[in-house]
Amino acid sequence: MGIQESGRVRNEPSPGNSSVSGTAKGAEPPLIEVCGLAKSFGQVPAVVEVDFEVGEGELFGFLGPNGAGKTTIINMLTGLARPDAGSIRIAGIDCSLDPKAAQHLVGIVPDESNLYPELTGFDNLCFCGALYGMKKKAREARGRDLLKEFGLSEAAGRKFGGYSKGMKRRLTIAAGIIHEPRILFLDEPTTGIDVSGARQIRRVVSDLHGGGTTIFLTTHYIEEAERLCDRIAFIVSGRIIRTDTVERLIEPVLERHVMHIAFSRRVPELDEKLASAFPRIECCVQGEGLVRIEADEPVRVGPIVRFFEEQGVEVTEARRMRPSLEDVFVRITGIEAEAMRKEKEKMGGGV
Amino acid sequence: MREWIAFWNILVKDMRAYYLKPPNISWGLIFPLAWTGMFFVKSGGEVSSVMSLLPGVVTLSILFGTTSMLAVTVTFEKRNRSFERLLLAPISLELLMLAKTSGAIAFGVANAFVPIVMGAFLADLSGVAWPSVVPAVVLIAVASAFLGLFIAVSVSEVFEAQTFSNFFRFPMIFLCGLFFPIEKLPTFLKPLSYMLPLTYGADILHGAFSGSSVLPPVADFGLLLLFCLLLFIVSLKNVRTRWIL
Repeated sequence: MGIQESGRVRNEPSPGNSSVSGTAKGAEPPLIEVCGLAKSFGQVPAVVEVDFEVGEGELFGFLGPNGAGKTTIINMLTGLARPDAGSIRIAGIDCSLDPKAAQHLVGIVPDESNLYPELTGFDNLCFCGALYGMKKKAREARGRDLLKEFGLSEAAGRKFGGYSKGMKRRLTIAAGIIHEPRILFLDEPTTGIDVSGARQIRRVVSDLHGGGTTIFLTTHYIEEAERLCDRIAFIVSGRIIRTDTVERLIEPVLERHVMHIAFSRRVPELDEKLASAFPRIECCVQGEGLVRIEADEPVRVGPIVRFFEEQGVEVTEARRMRPSLEDVFVRITGIEAEAMRKEKEKMGGGV
Repeated sequence: MREWIAFWNILVKDMRAYYLKPPNISWGLIFPLAWTGMFFVKSGGEVSSVMSLLPGVVTLSILFGTTSMLAVTVTFEKRNRSFERLLLAPISLELLMLAKTSGAIAFGVANAFVPIVMGAFLADLSGVAWPSVVPAVVLIAVASAFLGLFIAVSVSEVFEAQTFSNFFRFPMIFLCGLFFPIEKLPTFLKPLSYMLPLTYGADILHGAFSGSSVLPPVADFGLLLLFCLLLFIVSLKNVRTRWIL
């Protein structure tokens, strides 16, 4: 059962609420314009009336749980799926009429590495360059540069099938940019990669963005979106719920004061007891020994520690938390980030 | 120009990765050799029978040489999603599919000449109408490759591709006049024979090798070409509707 099916989605908007609350930066016309995009698989709506714009040089993120419609939207933007309704314009080219017309401008890194296992890393890059019409000398030189940049020079002559997961992912990203596309679509770039590999990939994404490439990134890792993206769209059940810059998304929660209290053992009916003892705070029990406390004014630790002592429980840690995009995401979508991570791990991913 | 760079590299990649691998080359050699030997022994080892056997063996070598690899490799690439890379490349679907089938066509044409070279050692082939044989071999290879493509885009698993290939290939051995004249088939099977592309390819070769064709060469070539177009168009339609959802 998907997260959104388990009843955890709060504030689910009506189709009319699928709004563009943020627009692409700058006065230039947007590089990607999507309007009224919709797609169903049989009776199941996968994408519902989606609108958004991405400006030149922008790093735009799609954040949402599994099955939210992120990959379906990328597939429609890149020509791997046909929209049921709506329009797509990439660099002014109407891709709804001819999905092939803008493919030379675009690089794609799918959610699974899909290079040729029987070819070497270098041959894979050269082949991908050739698919975009690059001449032999140019693609070989660029292939060697990319292998060096991605720390894969030593593995250049090895078959792709023998690469580790992280190496595969890096080579797949390199293959996506061999032809120096104006727009790069990155679908879940760090899923299934270890921590250092994920960090390396994020650095590569930042460098590409710094170099002026427009990047469209989908992820279910909130921290990743927060760290990398200029603007983010929250997508749940095929609908965009909110689009804005990270700063503006976080703004409403910056005024909030958040604290995590860790304690030694379970307290029965802790929610109710805390609510009656501290009526001006909101609390949420997050596990056997952890409670999250939120308030509009600074939270005083002393009375809370005393409260726990009265329950016969020792407070082991009290930590002030900086409000994050996760708070906003949870508040808007009702989906806990932890649940989203676990869902993905169940599907075979996970950092 | 850019599209042709992609076309050429897809062809070269397929040749290197699939068709020119030792197991495939040995299969390409052993298969026609085995069929030629089998029918040669069955006919009593008479040199005169070579001319009547060659059209069937050549056609069969092309059919198995092209369909075996193509149907499996396309299905395999679709399964591991590397085919998506090709669909995302800025080349037309028509050219992409021609690139994917060109390797199989080249391999099929090469396979066709294995029994012909063998036959040259056993019989005098100076009377063969080569101007008909060469285009016929190419056209049979194209039709067989497009049949392989049609099979590949109609299934989703590699094992299905193999089973589905045999569903077409084995009946064609008996129904297309390769070794048994169509006139000797039961009446109810004859219409089926004329619905299969290899019937026309084999008929051209029978005419070229021993002057015993049923239809005029122009009709055979025309109908074979029509089958090629039909299979290619249906395959493209299947890719557009089944793979680009």
